[in-house]
Amino acid sequence: MGVIDKIKSGFSGWMKKIFKKEAARIGIYGPPNAGKTTLANRLVRDWCGDAMGAVSEVPHETRRAHMKKGVNVQHNGTSLSLDIIDTPGLATKIDFHDFMAFGLSEEESKRRAKEATEGVIESIKWLDELDGVILVMDATEDPYTQVNIVVVGNMEARDLPIFIAANKIDLPESAPTKIASAFPQHQVVPISALEGKNIEKLYEAMASKFGG
Amino acid sequence: MEAKGVQIDLISEDILSAMDTGDKIRLILDGVQMGNVIVLEKGLTPDEEAKLIQTTMTEISAEDFSGIEIESYPDRMARPTWVDRVLGRRTVRNRLTVIGPANKMKTVKRDRDHISTVVYQDDKIPDGQQDGKTT
Repeated sequence: MGVIDKIKSGFSGWMKKIFKKEAARIGIYGPPNAGKTTLANRLVRDWCGDAMGAVSEVPHETRRAHMKKGVNVQHNGTSLSLDIIDTPGLATKIDFHDFMAFGLSEEESKRRAKEATEGVIESIKWLDELDGVILVMDATEDPYTQVNIVVVGNMEARDLPIFIAANKIDLPESAPTKIASAFPQHQVVPISALEGKNIEKLYEAMASKFGG
Repeated sequence: MEAKGVQIDLISEDILSAMDTGDKIRLILDGVQMGNVIVLEKGLTPDEEAKLIQTTMTEISAEDFSGIEIESYPDRMARPTWVDRVLGRRTVRNRLTVIGPANKMKTVKRDRDHISTVVYQDDKIPDGQQDGKTT
């Protein structure tokens, strides 16, 4: 980011704080298969009665960012109007052979891999447009991935609000405490986006982080 | 028979601080695409890491290059200066970073202050040693 961009970004942040713009843009980020779209679907369904996108066990199912505007979240008297952006999974490597392991043809795997690289680029571009992030991590996986560190680092450098949704706590092998010890400077909310477990805690965190 | 090995380039903080973001990314990706492992004494900023991932994605090709394995410790935040406050930013203290080709390098164990990595000489991580994930 150049100096001019930084000045613009800082000034824009001030303006937003002073004038409290109507809808904050909140990005749902994380590695592939962390449950970002499952969470986005639950959020949008709970507050708009709608759906955001398709989910699948095949990585990089979401290969384009999807935005749902004007999602009104209410918690304990706090009302938030948010634009929710469900982003494609972030990755540092994409190998088409990994898709073939899920039964996709070579041609389809190569096409999907190409689209996945474009999705990662789109996710990163969105980082400059956001007011806050929900970083979704799979609580059954190692939290010390570089993409998690990059998202946390970028939000910290911009001084923008972020909290971590430690997803998949419905699975017995989940260990959300490991995520909390990996990123002790950030609030971690253990949830199951699939089953809706602890989802009220997530809304409480959203009201606290994005409603101030 | 000539012994095969993996070249490891250790780049000093002095060299890095004299380069702009584009030059750093080019240095890294050119080295990694030749099969080398790059060690940066002082790592990249979060913004530079994001740009490195972005550029990596544009250079992935089905047969030749599947991306990078990148490892560093979680960032540390520096005490903000008045300029940081005016710009609404926080300064990150970059830490040592290791970057290598995704098809040769595999993280074995990683926690807050300890990273273990295996670098394979051959062009591909042996079957059964891959984590099978495009992350």
